[in-house]
Amino acid sequence: MVLLTLIAAITVGIIRLKNLFAVVVLFSAYSFLMASVMLVLDAVDVALTEAAVGAGISTVLLLGALYLTKSEEAPARFSSLVPLLVAGGTAVILVWGTWGLPDFGSATSPVNTGVGSEYIARSYEETHIPNVVTAVLASYRGFDTLGEVTVVFTAAIGVMMLLNRGRGKGETQGEADGVGGGENGEG
Amino acid sequence: MRLDVILRIAAKLMIPFIMLFAIYVQFHGHYSPGGGFQAGVIIAAAVILYAIVFGISAALRVMPRAAVEFMVPLGVGIYAGTGIVSMLLGRPFLDYDPLLADPVAGQYWGVFIVEVGVLVTVAGAMLAIFYAFALRGRP
Repeated sequence: MVLLTLIAAITVGIIRLKNLFAVVVLFSAYSFLMASVMLVLDAVDVALTEAAVGAGISTVLLLGALYLTKSEEAPARFSSLVPLLVAGGTAVILVWGTWGLPDFGSATSPVNTGVGSEYIARSYEETHIPNVVTAVLASYRGFDTLGEVTVVFTAAIGVMMLLNRGRGKGETQGEADGVGGGENGEG
Repeated sequence: MRLDVILRIAAKLMIPFIMLFAIYVQFHGHYSPGGGFQAGVIIAAAVILYAIVFGISAALRVMPRAAVEFMVPLGVGIYAGTGIVSMLLGRPFLDYDPLLADPVAGQYWGVFIVEVGVLVTVAGAMLAIFYAFALRGRP
């Protein structure tokens, strides 16, 4: 509860502040609090990821992006009434949706009665991996994780193509070629 | 330039331990929380810390840009390649059973190889994105 209150306070801060540097730092604090929430919920894998990606890498990347632009938010050109209504409506629908969820940690919920208990019962015999999360992620749901890795791959390629445009301009080699341009970048 | 001596020494002390922790998270992922994704991000974080403290050109000597950009598809290749190997051995895509004589050991080491693939792609992707931001506008 304390964590969620802190998260709410930080969210208000993020919305109110105009200085983007402060917003980035607050985002980092937000991620750390989210990681703590995941820890409290016993989702240690997610907490580790959130702390490393959300609080660590993405802060650095946002600061890097900030270095390329201005650090003050531009004044809004349109009224924020319609976005406010959309966001508020979505929040109402989400809260309404949570009423239909089973109680947290309930033994009779579909998550715990369906395939989940099956994984817990069988994963050690079938893979000899004591950590069920690893067994599920990499073995039972290997396709899923392959898709995830492909998403990371696609994201990296996309960012490289967007930001490296014009790299190697004036050189004999072509413009936005990923690996080929890499050798030019160092020299 | 000499004012950041504390930062430099602290970073020098921390980076080996960050790397060690990343390796622990990777290879102990069968027993404790973590795995390729988390370890890849931590490795990238160590290199990014090095780049921030010692300068981007020092980091480029450790992790050249071409190598980082090669790692991005390499990891996906390792992952998908594992699946194709199991197909060549006559089982469905990404079924690790036939990789070794004992299906349980095959699962164990199949997951291990796949996690290495995840590590390579994630570390490469994070660093590639970081380099793309940090080196923008430079020749």
